[in-house]
Amino acid sequence: MATLTRPRTAPAHASPKGKVRSRDGLWAAFFLAPQVIGLIVFLVVPLGFALVLAFMKWDGLGNQSWVGFDNFAAQLGDPEFGRAVWNTVKIALITVPIGLSLAVLIAVGLNSIKGGNFYRVLYFMPVVTSSVAVALIWQVILANDENGVLNTSLKNWFGITAPDWLGSPQWVVVSIAVVTIWSSLGLNVVIFMAGLQTIPPQVFEAARIDGASPVQIFRRVTLPLLSPTIFFSTIVAVISSLQAFDLIYVLVDPKDNEGAQTIVFRVFELGFQKFEFGMSSAASILLLLLTLIVTLVQFAAQKRFVHYDS
Amino acid sequence: MRTRQVALHVSLTVGGLLMLFPFVWMLLTSFKGTHQMLNNPTDWLPSPWLPQNYVEVLTGSTILGAFWNSFYIAVVNVALTLLTSAMAAYAFARIKFRGSGALFVLFLATQMVPPQVTIVPLYLMLAKFGWVDSHMSLIVPTIVNPFAVFLLRQFIRAVPVELEEAARIDGANRWTIFWRIVLPNIKPGLGAMGIIAFLAAWNSYFFPLIFLNTPELFTVPMLLATYAKQFGAIDYGLILAASSIAVVPTLIAFLIGQRKIINSMAASGLGGR
Repeated sequence: MATLTRPRTAPAHASPKGKVRSRDGLWAAFFLAPQVIGLIVFLVVPLGFALVLAFMKWDGLGNQSWVGFDNFAAQLGDPEFGRAVWNTVKIALITVPIGLSLAVLIAVGLNSIKGGNFYRVLYFMPVVTSSVAVALIWQVILANDENGVLNTSLKNWFGITAPDWLGSPQWVVVSIAVVTIWSSLGLNVVIFMAGLQTIPPQVFEAARIDGASPVQIFRRVTLPLLSPTIFFSTIVAVISSLQAFDLIYVLVDPKDNEGAQTIVFRVFELGFQKFEFGMSSAASILLLLLTLIVTLVQFAAQKRFVHYDS
Repeated sequence: MRTRQVALHVSLTVGGLLMLFPFVWMLLTSFKGTHQMLNNPTDWLPSPWLPQNYVEVLTGSTILGAFWNSFYIAVVNVALTLLTSAMAAYAFARIKFRGSGALFVLFLATQMVPPQVTIVPLYLMLAKFGWVDSHMSLIVPTIVNPFAVFLLRQFIRAVPVELEEAARIDGANRWTIFWRIVLPNIKPGLGAMGIIAFLAAWNSYFFPLIFLNTPELFTVPMLLATYAKQFGAIDYGLILAASSIAVVPTLIAFLIGQRKIINSMAASGLGGR
Protein backbone atom coordinates (compact mmCIF):
# COMPACT_ATOMS: atom_id res chain seq x y z
CA MET A 1 0.00 0.00 0.00
CA ALA A 2 3.03 2.26 0.27
CA THR A 3 2.73 3.35 -3.34
CA LEU A 4 -0.67 4.80 -2.61
CA THR A 5 0.59 7.07 0.14
CA ARG A 6 0.93 10.44 -1.52
CA PRO A 7 3.47 12.82 -0.04
CA ARG A 8 1.89 16.06 1.02
CA THR A 9 3.66 18.34 -1.40
CA ALA A 10 0.93 20.86 -2.07
CA PRO A 11 2.63 24.26 -1.99
CA ALA A 12 1.10 26.80 0.32
CA HIS A 13 -0.06 29.13 -2.46
CA ALA A 14 -2.03 26.48 -4.43
CA SER A 15 -5.79 26.62 -4.11
CA PRO A 16 -6.44 24.08 -1.35
CA LYS A 17 -10.02 23.46 -2.44
CA GLY A 18 -9.22 22.46 -6.01
CA LYS A 19 -6.37 20.28 -4.83
CA VAL A 20 -8.50 18.38 -2.36
CA ARG A 21 -11.24 17.85 -4.92
CA SER A 22 -9.12 16.33 -7.64
CA ARG A 23 -7.41 14.11 -5.10
CA ASP A 24 -10.80 13.04 -3.72
CA GLY A 25 -11.84 11.88 -7.16
CA LEU A 26 -8.82 9.60 -7.30
CA TRP A 27 -9.43 8.30 -3.80
CA ALA A 28 -13.07 7.60 -4.61
CA ALA A 29 -12.00 5.69 -7.71
CA PHE A 30 -9.49 3.70 -5.66
CA PHE A 31 -11.99 2.78 -2.93
CA LEU A 32 -14.76 1.95 -5.39
CA ALA A 33 -12.62 0.06 -7.90
CA PRO A 34 -12.92 -3.54 -6.62
CA GLN A 35 -16.71 -3.52 -6.20
CA VAL A 36 -17.42 -1.44 -9.32
CA ILE A 37 -15.15 -3.50 -11.57
CA GLY A 38 -16.68 -6.67 -10.12
CA LEU A 39 -20.16 -5.29 -10.67
CA ILE A 40 -19.40 -4.52 -14.31
CA VAL A 41 -17.67 -7.84 -15.02
CA PHE A 42 -19.97 -10.20 -13.12
CA LEU A 43 -23.33 -8.39 -13.35
CA VAL A 44 -23.62 -5.62 -15.92
CA VAL A 45 -21.82 -7.41 -18.77
CA PRO A 46 -23.65 -10.74 -18.23
CA LEU A 47 -26.95 -8.86 -18.00
CA GLY A 48 -26.26 -7.11 -21.31
CA PHE A 49 -25.17 -10.43 -22.80
CA ALA A 50 -28.41 -12.05 -21.57
CA LEU A 51 -30.45 -9.30 -23.26
CA VAL A 52 -28.62 -9.97 -26.52
CA LEU A 53 -28.88 -13.75 -26.19
CA ALA A 54 -32.63 -13.54 -25.69
CA PHE A 55 -32.95 -12.35 -29.28
CA MET A 56 -30.69 -15.03 -30.69
CA LYS A 57 -30.78 -18.70 -31.45
CA TRP A 58 -27.55 -20.21 -30.19
CA ASP A 59 -26.56 -23.66 -28.99
CA GLY A 60 -23.31 -22.44 -27.41
CA LEU A 61 -21.21 -23.81 -30.27
CA GLY A 62 -20.95 -22.34 -33.73
CA ASN A 63 -24.43 -21.67 -35.02
CA GLN A 64 -25.98 -18.40 -34.02
CA SER A 65 -28.56 -16.21 -35.68
CA TRP A 66 -30.85 -13.32 -34.83
CA VAL A 67 -34.43 -14.37 -34.31
CA GLY A 68 -36.04 -11.16 -33.07
CA PHE A 69 -38.80 -11.77 -30.56
CA ASP A 70 -39.20 -15.43 -31.55
CA ASN A 71 -37.76 -16.76 -28.27
CA PHE A 72 -40.17 -14.66 -26.22
CA ALA A 73 -43.10 -15.62 -28.45
CA ALA A 74 -42.11 -19.28 -28.22
CA GLN A 75 -41.94 -19.17 -24.43
CA LEU A 76 -45.20 -17.25 -24.04
CA GLY A 77 -46.95 -19.66 -26.40
CA ASP A 78 -45.47 -22.76 -24.76
CA PRO A 79 -47.96 -24.47 -22.42
CA GLU A 80 -44.99 -25.74 -20.36
CA PHE A 81 -43.89 -22.17 -19.70
CA GLY A 82 -47.45 -21.15 -18.86
CA ARG A 83 -47.64 -24.02 -16.39
CA ALA A 84 -44.31 -22.94 -14.85
CA VAL A 85 -45.64 -19.41 -14.36
CA TRP A 86 -48.86 -20.71 -12.82
CA ASN A 87 -46.97 -23.08 -10.49
CA THR A 88 -44.64 -20.26 -9.40
CA VAL A 89 -47.55 -17.91 -8.73
CA LYS A 90 -49.48 -20.59 -6.82
CA ILE A 91 -46.51 -21.34 -4.57
CA ALA A 92 -46.01 -17.62 -3.88
CA LEU A 93 -49.71 -17.09 -3.18
CA ILE A 94 -49.69 -19.81 -0.50
CA THR A 95 -46.24 -19.18 0.97
CA VAL A 96 -46.17 -15.41 1.38
CA PRO A 97 -49.51 -14.59 3.08
CA ILE A 98 -49.51 -17.63 5.39
CA GLY A 99 -45.80 -17.43 6.18
CA LEU A 100 -45.88 -13.72 7.01
CA SER A 101 -49.16 -13.85 8.98
CA LEU A 102 -47.81 -16.68 11.13
CA ALA A 103 -44.57 -14.75 11.63
CA VAL A 104 -46.43 -11.61 12.76
CA LEU A 105 -48.55 -13.58 15.24
CA ILE A 106 -45.54 -15.44 16.66
CA ALA A 107 -43.50 -12.23 16.90
CA VAL A 108 -46.29 -10.45 18.78
CA GLY A 109 -46.63 -13.48 21.06
CA LEU A 110 -42.90 -13.70 21.73
CA ASN A 111 -42.73 -9.98 22.43
CA SER A 112 -45.30 -10.23 25.18
CA ILE A 113 -43.80 -13.11 27.19
CA LYS A 114 -40.70 -13.62 29.29
CA GLY A 115 -38.11 -16.12 28.03
CA GLY A 116 -38.85 -15.35 24.41
CA ASN A 117 -35.25 -15.90 23.40
CA PHE A 118 -35.51 -19.67 23.91
CA TYR A 119 -38.34 -19.87 21.37
CA ARG A 120 -36.57 -17.43 19.08
CA VAL A 121 -33.60 -19.81 18.86
CA LEU A 122 -35.92 -22.77 18.26
CA TYR A 123 -37.79 -21.07 15.40
CA PHE A 124 -34.54 -19.81 13.88
CA MET A 125 -32.79 -23.18 13.55
CA PRO A 126 -34.11 -23.96 10.03
CA VAL A 127 -32.92 -20.53 8.81
CA VAL A 128 -29.26 -21.42 9.31
CA THR A 129 -29.72 -24.92 7.86
CA SER A 130 -28.79 -25.43 4.22
CA SER A 131 -31.79 -25.68 1.93
CA VAL A 132 -30.43 -28.95 0.55
CA ALA A 133 -30.52 -30.56 4.01
CA VAL A 134 -33.96 -29.09 4.69
CA ALA A 135 -35.24 -30.59 1.44
CA LEU A 136 -33.73 -34.01 2.18
CA ILE A 137 -35.16 -34.20 5.70
CA TRP A 138 -38.64 -33.30 4.46
CA GLN A 139 -38.32 -35.67 1.54
CA VAL A 140 -38.05 -38.55 4.01
CA ILE A 141 -40.86 -37.23 6.24
CA LEU A 142 -43.28 -36.71 3.33
CA ALA A 143 -42.36 -39.85 1.38
CA ASN A 144 -45.36 -41.87 0.27
CA ASP A 145 -43.93 -45.26 1.21
CA GLU A 146 -43.67 -47.22 4.46
CA ASN A 147 -40.72 -45.03 5.53
CA GLY A 148 -42.61 -41.77 5.16
CA VAL A 149 -43.39 -41.03 8.79
CA LEU A 150 -46.26 -38.61 8.13
CA ASN A 151 -48.39 -40.82 5.92
CA THR A 152 -47.65 -44.03 7.83
CA SER A 153 -48.58 -42.34 11.11
CA LEU A 154 -51.78 -40.87 9.65
CA LYS A 155 -52.72 -44.34 8.48
CA ASN A 156 -51.78 -46.25 11.65
CA TRP A 157 -53.24 -43.75 14.14
CA PHE A 158 -56.25 -42.32 12.31
CA GLY A 159 -56.84 -44.69 9.41
CA ILE A 160 -56.44 -41.81 6.95
CA THR A 161 -54.98 -42.54 3.55
CA ALA A 162 -53.10 -39.32 2.90
CA PRO A 163 -52.20 -38.04 -0.56
CA ASP A 164 -48.81 -38.50 -2.16
CA TRP A 165 -47.42 -35.16 -1.00
CA LEU A 166 -44.43 -35.08 -3.30
CA GLY A 167 -45.75 -37.23 -6.15
CA SER A 168 -49.03 -35.55 -7.02
CA PRO A 169 -48.83 -32.37 -9.13
CA GLN A 170 -51.58 -30.73 -7.06
CA TRP A 171 -50.24 -31.53 -3.59
CA VAL A 172 -46.61 -30.89 -4.37
CA VAL A 173 -47.39 -27.17 -4.55
CA VAL A 174 -48.73 -27.33 -0.99
CA SER A 175 -45.74 -29.38 0.18
CA ILE A 176 -43.29 -26.89 -1.31
CA ALA A 177 -45.18 -24.03 0.38
CA VAL A 178 -45.20 -25.77 3.78
CA VAL A 179 -41.49 -26.58 3.69
CA THR A 180 -40.66 -23.06 2.51
CA ILE A 181 -42.71 -21.55 5.33
CA TRP A 182 -41.05 -23.88 7.86
CA SER A 183 -37.59 -22.89 6.70
CA SER A 184 -38.14 -19.13 6.50
CA LEU A 185 -40.51 -18.57 9.43
CA GLY A 186 -37.76 -17.87 11.99
CA LEU A 187 -36.17 -15.14 9.90
CA ASN A 188 -39.47 -13.28 9.50
CA VAL A 189 -40.24 -13.73 13.20
CA VAL A 190 -36.99 -12.07 14.32
CA ILE A 191 -37.40 -9.30 11.74
CA PHE A 192 -40.91 -8.54 13.03
CA MET A 193 -39.71 -8.72 16.64
CA ALA A 194 -37.02 -6.14 15.80
CA GLY A 195 -39.70 -4.05 14.09
CA LEU A 196 -41.97 -4.28 17.13
CA GLN A 197 -39.16 -3.09 19.37
CA THR A 198 -38.94 0.17 17.41
CA ILE A 199 -42.51 1.02 18.48
CA PRO A 200 -42.45 3.18 21.62
CA PRO A 201 -44.05 1.28 24.56
CA GLN A 202 -46.03 4.42 25.53
CA VAL A 203 -48.23 3.89 22.46
CA PHE A 204 -49.40 0.50 23.74
CA GLU A 205 -49.70 1.91 27.25
CA ALA A 206 -51.96 4.74 26.04
CA ALA A 207 -54.20 2.32 24.11
CA ARG A 208 -54.49 0.07 27.18
CA ILE A 209 -55.43 2.99 29.44
CA ASP A 210 -58.09 3.99 26.92
CA GLY A 211 -59.57 0.53 27.46
CA ALA A 212 -58.61 -1.14 24.19
CA SER A 213 -58.78 -4.94 24.20
CA PRO A 214 -55.72 -6.98 23.11
CA VAL A 215 -57.40 -7.72 19.76
CA GLN A 216 -58.15 -4.03 19.24
CA ILE A 217 -54.58 -3.09 20.15
CA PHE A 218 -53.29 -5.67 17.65
CA ARG A 219 -55.52 -4.41 14.84
CA ARG A 220 -55.46 -0.67 15.48
CA VAL A 221 -52.00 -0.10 16.96
CA THR A 222 -49.60 -2.98 16.33
CA LEU A 223 -50.44 -3.72 12.69
CA PRO A 224 -50.41 -0.10 11.44
CA LEU A 225 -47.17 0.71 13.25
CA LEU A 226 -45.56 -2.52 12.04
CA SER A 227 -46.77 -2.03 8.47
CA PRO A 228 -43.51 -0.56 7.07
CA THR A 229 -41.66 -3.70 8.25
CA ILE A 230 -44.43 -5.94 6.93
CA PHE A 231 -44.26 -4.15 3.58
CA PHE A 232 -40.48 -4.57 3.33
CA SER A 233 -40.71 -8.26 4.29
CA THR A 234 -43.51 -8.84 1.77
CA ILE A 235 -41.38 -7.42 -1.04
CA VAL A 236 -38.45 -9.65 -0.05
CA ALA A 237 -40.65 -12.73 0.43
CA VAL A 238 -42.41 -12.33 -2.92
CA ILE A 239 -39.14 -11.87 -4.80
CA SER A 240 -37.50 -14.86 -3.13
CA SER A 241 -40.61 -16.95 -3.71
CA LEU A 242 -40.68 -16.09 -7.43
CA GLN A 243 -36.98 -16.95 -7.68
CA ALA A 244 -36.95 -20.05 -5.46
CA PHE A 245 -34.97 -22.97 -6.80
CA ASP A 246 -32.60 -24.87 -4.44
CA LEU A 247 -35.16 -26.26 -2.04
CA ILE A 248 -37.65 -27.28 -4.72
CA TYR A 249 -35.03 -28.82 -6.97
CA VAL A 250 -33.80 -31.12 -4.19
CA LEU A 251 -37.18 -31.82 -2.55
CA VAL A 252 -38.83 -33.07 -5.74
CA ASP A 253 -37.09 -33.76 -8.99
CA PRO A 254 -39.14 -31.43 -11.23
CA LYS A 255 -38.59 -33.84 -14.10
CA ASP A 256 -40.70 -36.41 -12.25
CA ASN A 257 -43.45 -34.02 -11.22
CA GLU A 258 -44.72 -31.23 -13.44
CA GLY A 259 -46.26 -29.51 -10.41
CA ALA A 260 -42.75 -28.66 -9.19
CA GLN A 261 -41.69 -27.02 -12.45
CA THR A 262 -41.25 -23.31 -11.74
CA ILE A 263 -40.01 -20.50 -13.97
CA VAL A 264 -36.50 -20.80 -12.59
CA PHE A 265 -36.55 -24.51 -13.31
CA ARG A 266 -37.46 -23.75 -16.94
CA VAL A 267 -34.53 -21.31 -17.17
CA PHE A 268 -32.21 -23.95 -15.70
CA GLU A 269 -33.52 -26.76 -17.89
CA LEU A 270 -33.42 -24.74 -21.13
CA GLY A 271 -29.96 -23.39 -20.42
CA PHE A 272 -28.10 -26.22 -18.78
CA GLN A 273 -29.86 -29.37 -19.94
CA LYS A 274 -31.13 -28.50 -23.42
CA PHE A 275 -28.43 -25.90 -24.16
CA GLU A 276 -30.95 -23.55 -25.76
CA PHE A 277 -29.23 -20.44 -24.45
CA GLY A 278 -31.47 -17.97 -26.30
CA MET A 279 -34.67 -19.58 -24.99
CA SER A 280 -33.24 -19.75 -21.49
CA SER A 281 -32.31 -16.07 -21.53
CA ALA A 282 -35.75 -15.11 -22.86
CA ALA A 283 -37.42 -17.11 -20.07
CA SER A 284 -35.18 -15.50 -17.45
CA ILE A 285 -35.97 -12.02 -18.75
CA LEU A 286 -39.69 -12.80 -18.56
CA LEU A 287 -39.05 -13.76 -14.93
CA LEU A 288 -37.26 -10.45 -14.38
CA LEU A 289 -40.22 -8.58 -15.91
CA LEU A 290 -42.67 -10.49 -13.70
CA THR A 291 -40.55 -9.63 -10.64
CA LEU A 292 -40.49 -5.95 -11.60
CA ILE A 293 -44.22 -5.76 -12.29
CA VAL A 294 -45.17 -7.50 -9.05
CA THR A 295 -42.80 -5.28 -7.06
CA LEU A 296 -44.15 -2.10 -8.68
CA VAL A 297 -47.72 -3.18 -7.95
CA GLN A 298 -46.75 -3.70 -4.32
CA PHE A 299 -45.16 -0.25 -4.15
CA ALA A 300 -48.33 1.24 -5.62
CA ALA A 301 -50.46 -0.65 -3.11
CA GLN A 302 -48.38 0.41 -0.12
CA LYS A 303 -49.84 3.93 -0.22
CA ARG A 304 -53.15 2.48 0.91
CA PHE A 305 -51.92 -0.01 3.48
CA VAL A 306 -48.64 1.19 4.89
CA HIS A 307 -48.55 3.71 7.69
CA TYR A 308 -45.49 5.97 7.96
CA ASP A 309 -44.87 8.26 10.89
CA SER A 310 -44.74 11.84 9.72
CA MET B 1 -53.61 -12.11 32.27
CA ARG B 2 -52.06 -15.27 33.72
CA THR B 3 -54.17 -17.62 31.61
CA ARG B 4 -53.19 -15.61 28.54
CA GLN B 5 -49.53 -16.10 29.35
CA VAL B 6 -50.05 -19.84 29.81
CA ALA B 7 -52.00 -20.12 26.54
CA LEU B 8 -49.25 -18.21 24.75
CA HIS B 9 -46.54 -20.46 26.15
CA VAL B 10 -48.50 -23.57 25.21
CA SER B 11 -49.08 -22.51 21.60
CA LEU B 12 -45.52 -21.27 21.17
CA THR B 13 -44.23 -24.57 22.54
CA VAL B 14 -46.42 -26.56 20.15
CA GLY B 15 -45.07 -24.42 17.29
CA GLY B 16 -41.54 -24.85 18.58
CA LEU B 17 -41.94 -28.64 18.65
CA LEU B 18 -43.12 -28.55 15.04
CA MET B 19 -39.97 -26.60 14.19
CA LEU B 20 -37.81 -29.08 16.09
CA PHE B 21 -39.45 -32.33 14.94
CA PRO B 22 -37.74 -32.65 11.52
CA PHE B 23 -34.31 -32.28 13.15
CA VAL B 24 -35.13 -34.85 15.82
CA TRP B 25 -36.52 -37.25 13.23
CA MET B 26 -33.39 -36.80 11.14
CA LEU B 27 -31.13 -37.73 14.07
CA LEU B 28 -33.25 -40.68 15.22
CA THR B 29 -33.64 -42.19 11.75
CA SER B 30 -29.94 -41.76 11.00
CA PHE B 31 -29.17 -44.30 13.74
CA LYS B 32 -31.63 -46.93 12.50
CA GLY B 33 -30.32 -50.00 10.72
CA THR B 34 -31.59 -51.26 7.40
CA HIS B 35 -33.44 -54.07 9.13
CA GLN B 36 -35.48 -51.66 11.25
CA MET B 37 -36.13 -49.34 8.30
CA LEU B 38 -37.66 -52.25 6.41
CA ASN B 39 -39.70 -53.83 9.20
CA ASN B 40 -40.69 -51.09 11.64
CA PRO B 41 -40.06 -47.85 9.77
CA THR B 42 -42.20 -45.65 12.03
CA ASP B 43 -40.74 -46.77 15.33
CA TRP B 44 -39.63 -43.59 17.01
CA LEU B 45 -36.45 -44.81 18.62
CA PRO B 46 -33.73 -46.77 16.90
CA SER B 47 -33.37 -50.26 18.32
CA PRO B 48 -30.56 -50.97 18.49
CA TRP B 49 -28.75 -47.67 17.95
CA LEU B 50 -26.43 -48.35 15.04
CA PRO B 51 -23.62 -46.07 13.86
CA GLN B 52 -23.31 -47.98 10.58
CA ASN B 53 -24.87 -45.22 8.46
CA TYR B 54 -22.33 -42.72 9.78
CA VAL B 55 -19.46 -45.10 9.18
CA GLU B 56 -20.67 -45.63 5.64
CA VAL B 57 -21.07 -41.91 4.87
CA LEU B 58 -17.70 -40.99 6.36
CA THR B 59 -15.83 -43.75 4.55
CA GLY B 60 -17.89 -43.91 1.35
CA SER B 61 -18.06 -40.23 0.46
CA THR B 62 -15.77 -37.21 0.40
CA ILE B 63 -17.86 -35.32 2.94
CA LEU B 64 -14.90 -34.35 5.15
CA GLY B 65 -13.13 -32.88 2.14
CA ALA B 66 -16.37 -31.07 1.30
CA PHE B 67 -16.33 -29.48 4.75
CA TRP B 68 -12.86 -28.11 4.12
CA ASN B 69 -13.90 -26.85 0.65
CA SER B 70 -17.00 -25.13 2.02
CA PHE B 71 -15.06 -23.64 4.90
CA TYR B 72 -12.15 -22.14 3.02
CA ILE B 73 -14.35 -20.91 0.16
CA ALA B 74 -16.65 -19.16 2.61
CA VAL B 75 -13.76 -17.64 4.61
CA VAL B 76 -11.95 -16.25 1.57
CA ASN B 77 -15.19 -15.03 0.01
CA VAL B 78 -16.33 -13.31 3.21
CA ALA B 79 -12.95 -11.65 3.85
CA LEU B 80 -12.78 -10.21 0.33
CA THR B 81 -16.47 -9.22 0.42
CA LEU B 82 -16.06 -7.33 3.69
CA LEU B 83 -12.87 -5.53 2.63
CA THR B 84 -14.09 -4.42 -0.80
CA SER B 85 -17.63 -3.51 0.27
CA ALA B 86 -16.34 -1.54 3.25
CA MET B 87 -14.06 0.35 0.85
CA ALA B 88 -16.93 1.14 -1.51
CA ALA B 89 -19.17 1.99 1.43
CA TYR B 90 -16.53 4.43 2.71
CA ALA B 91 -16.37 6.17 -0.67
CA PHE B 92 -20.17 6.50 -0.78
CA ALA B 93 -20.42 7.66 2.82
CA ARG B 94 -17.48 10.05 3.11
CA ILE B 95 -15.98 11.14 -0.22
CA LYS B 96 -17.76 13.73 -2.35
CA PHE B 97 -17.45 12.86 -6.02
CA ARG B 98 -19.49 13.48 -9.13
CA GLY B 99 -22.14 10.84 -9.83
CA SER B 100 -22.00 9.44 -6.32
CA GLY B 101 -25.79 9.32 -5.89
CA ALA B 102 -26.46 7.84 -9.33
CA LEU B 103 -23.80 5.16 -8.89
CA PHE B 104 -25.22 4.20 -5.50
CA VAL B 105 -28.71 3.83 -6.96
CA LEU B 106 -27.29 1.70 -9.78
CA PHE B 107 -25.64 -0.52 -7.16
CA LEU B 108 -28.92 -1.05 -5.35
CA ALA B 109 -30.89 -1.54 -8.58
CA THR B 110 -28.75 -4.53 -9.58
CA GLN B 111 -30.11 -6.31 -6.50
CA MET B 112 -33.42 -6.65 -8.30
CA VAL B 113 -31.90 -8.81 -11.05
CA PRO B 114 -32.48 -12.50 -10.31
CA PRO B 115 -29.24 -14.51 -10.38
CA GLN B 116 -30.90 -16.79 -12.95
CA VAL B 117 -30.94 -14.00 -15.55
CA THR B 118 -27.17 -13.68 -15.62
CA ILE B 119 -26.31 -17.33 -14.99
CA VAL B 120 -26.02 -18.48 -18.63
CA PRO B 121 -23.79 -15.57 -19.76
CA LEU B 122 -21.82 -15.84 -16.53
CA TYR B 123 -21.24 -19.53 -17.18
CA LEU B 124 -20.04 -18.86 -20.73
CA MET B 125 -17.77 -16.08 -19.46
CA LEU B 126 -16.26 -18.06 -16.58
CA ALA B 127 -15.69 -20.95 -18.99
CA LYS B 128 -13.50 -18.54 -21.00
CA PHE B 129 -11.62 -17.62 -17.81
CA GLY B 130 -11.04 -21.33 -17.13
CA TRP B 131 -12.98 -20.98 -13.87
CA VAL B 132 -15.63 -23.63 -14.55
CA ASP B 133 -15.11 -26.67 -12.32
CA SER B 134 -12.85 -24.54 -10.13
CA HIS B 135 -13.44 -22.88 -6.76
CA MET B 136 -12.77 -19.48 -8.35
CA SER B 137 -16.31 -19.58 -9.76
CA LEU B 138 -17.69 -19.80 -6.21
CA ILE B 139 -15.28 -17.40 -4.51
CA VAL B 140 -15.01 -14.44 -6.89
CA PRO B 141 -18.36 -13.47 -8.53
CA THR B 142 -20.27 -13.33 -5.23
CA ILE B 143 -17.76 -10.85 -3.78
CA VAL B 144 -19.82 -8.23 -5.62
CA ASN B 145 -22.35 -7.51 -2.90
CA PRO B 146 -24.43 -4.33 -3.22
CA PHE B 147 -26.32 -5.19 -0.06
CA ALA B 148 -23.08 -5.29 1.95
CA VAL B 149 -22.11 -1.89 0.51
CA PHE B 150 -25.49 -0.52 1.53
CA LEU B 151 -25.40 -1.97 5.06
CA LEU B 152 -21.81 -0.93 5.80
CA ARG B 153 -22.50 2.58 4.45
CA GLN B 154 -25.17 2.93 7.13
CA PHE B 155 -22.64 1.95 9.79
CA ILE B 156 -19.91 4.26 8.45
CA ARG B 157 -22.29 7.23 8.44
CA ALA B 158 -22.79 6.70 12.16
CA VAL B 159 -19.05 7.08 12.89
CA PRO B 160 -18.38 10.66 14.13
CA VAL B 161 -16.70 12.72 11.39
CA GLU B 162 -14.59 14.46 14.06
CA LEU B 163 -12.53 11.30 14.52
CA GLU B 164 -11.53 11.36 10.86
CA GLU B 165 -10.84 15.07 10.84
CA ALA B 166 -8.51 14.78 13.81
CA ALA B 167 -6.56 12.09 11.99
CA ARG B 168 -6.44 14.15 8.81
CA ILE B 169 -4.99 17.13 10.65
CA ASP B 170 -2.31 14.78 11.93
CA GLY B 171 -1.43 14.05 8.30
CA ALA B 172 -3.20 10.73 7.73
CA ASN B 173 -4.35 10.02 4.19
CA ARG B 174 -7.66 8.45 3.18
CA TRP B 175 -6.38 4.87 3.30
CA THR B 176 -4.89 5.30 6.77
CA ILE B 177 -8.12 6.88 7.97
CA PHE B 178 -10.14 4.04 6.48
CA TRP B 179 -7.89 1.32 7.89
CA ARG B 180 -7.12 2.81 11.32
CA ILE B 181 -10.22 4.82 12.16
CA VAL B 182 -13.22 3.68 10.13
CA LEU B 183 -12.82 -0.12 10.13
CA PRO B 184 -12.24 -0.44 13.91
CA ASN B 185 -15.32 1.72 14.49
CA ILE B 186 -17.68 -0.39 12.38
CA LYS B 187 -16.74 -3.77 13.87
CA PRO B 188 -20.37 -4.59 14.77
CA GLY B 189 -21.40 -3.91 11.17
CA LEU B 190 -18.56 -6.02 9.80
CA GLY B 191 -19.50 -8.81 12.22
CA ALA B 192 -23.15 -8.74 11.22
CA MET B 193 -22.41 -8.61 7.50
CA GLY B 194 -19.73 -11.28 7.91
CA ILE B 195 -22.24 -13.66 9.47
CA ILE B 196 -24.82 -13.04 6.74
CA ALA B 197 -22.24 -13.49 3.97
CA PHE B 198 -20.77 -16.60 5.61
CA LEU B 199 -24.16 -18.29 5.88
CA ALA B 200 -24.95 -17.44 2.27
CA ALA B 201 -21.64 -18.87 1.06
CA TRP B 202 -21.78 -21.91 3.35
CA ASN B 203 -25.29 -22.90 2.28
CA SER B 204 -25.07 -21.91 -1.38
CA TYR B 205 -26.22 -24.63 -3.77
CA PHE B 206 -27.12 -22.97 -7.09
CA PHE B 207 -23.59 -21.90 -8.06
CA PRO B 208 -21.87 -25.21 -7.16
CA LEU B 209 -24.62 -27.04 -9.07
CA ILE B 210 -23.95 -24.98 -12.18
CA PHE B 211 -20.17 -24.69 -11.99
CA LEU B 212 -18.72 -27.84 -10.38
CA ASN B 213 -18.35 -31.33 -11.88
CA THR B 214 -15.50 -32.96 -9.97
CA PRO B 215 -16.70 -34.60 -6.72
CA GLU B 216 -13.47 -33.70 -4.90
CA LEU B 217 -14.27 -30.02 -5.43
CA PHE B 218 -17.82 -30.26 -4.05
CA THR B 219 -19.02 -28.12 -1.17
CA VAL B 220 -21.17 -29.65 1.58
CA PRO B 221 -24.63 -28.86 0.07
CA MET B 222 -23.48 -30.01 -3.36
CA LEU B 223 -22.04 -33.25 -2.02
CA LEU B 224 -25.14 -33.88 0.07
CA ALA B 225 -27.50 -33.39 -2.89
CA THR B 226 -25.40 -35.60 -5.17
CA TYR B 227 -25.07 -38.30 -2.53
CA ALA B 228 -28.83 -38.24 -1.99
CA LYS B 229 -29.53 -38.57 -5.70
CA GLN B 230 -27.27 -41.64 -5.69
CA PHE B 231 -28.66 -43.42 -2.63
CA GLY B 232 -31.83 -41.50 -1.77
CA ALA B 233 -34.38 -43.90 -3.14
CA ILE B 234 -32.61 -46.87 -1.58
CA ASP B 235 -31.64 -45.89 1.91
CA TYR B 236 -33.17 -43.01 3.87
CA GLY B 237 -31.06 -43.82 6.94
CA LEU B 238 -27.92 -43.18 4.94
CA ILE B 239 -29.23 -39.88 3.56
CA LEU B 240 -30.25 -38.65 6.99
CA ALA B 241 -26.88 -39.62 8.45
CA ALA B 242 -25.22 -37.55 5.72
CA SER B 243 -27.67 -34.70 6.42
CA SER B 244 -26.90 -34.88 10.15
CA ILE B 245 -23.17 -34.69 9.50
CA ALA B 246 -23.82 -31.60 7.34
CA VAL B 247 -26.35 -29.93 9.64
CA VAL B 248 -25.17 -30.57 13.19
CA PRO B 249 -21.92 -28.53 13.07
CA THR B 250 -23.83 -25.58 11.61
CA LEU B 251 -26.47 -25.83 14.33
CA ILE B 252 -23.83 -26.04 17.08
CA ALA B 253 -22.09 -22.95 15.70
CA PHE B 254 -25.47 -21.24 15.56
CA LEU B 255 -26.32 -22.12 19.17
CA ILE B 256 -22.97 -20.74 20.34
CA GLY B 257 -23.36 -17.44 18.53
CA GLN B 258 -27.15 -17.33 18.43
CA ARG B 259 -27.70 -13.85 19.86
CA LYS B 260 -25.28 -12.18 17.47
CA ILE B 261 -26.41 -14.23 14.48
CA ILE B 262 -30.11 -13.60 15.05
CA ASN B 263 -29.60 -9.87 15.64
CA SER B 264 -27.49 -9.57 12.47
CA MET B 265 -30.12 -11.27 10.36
CA ALA B 266 -32.88 -9.19 11.93
CA ALA B 267 -30.96 -5.99 11.19
CA SER B 268 -30.49 -7.06 7.58
CA GLY B 269 -34.22 -7.74 7.29
CA LEU B 270 -34.98 -4.22 8.42
CA GLY B 271 -32.75 -2.93 5.64
CA GLY B 272 -30.18 -1.68 8.12
CA ARG B 273 -32.61 0.76 9.68
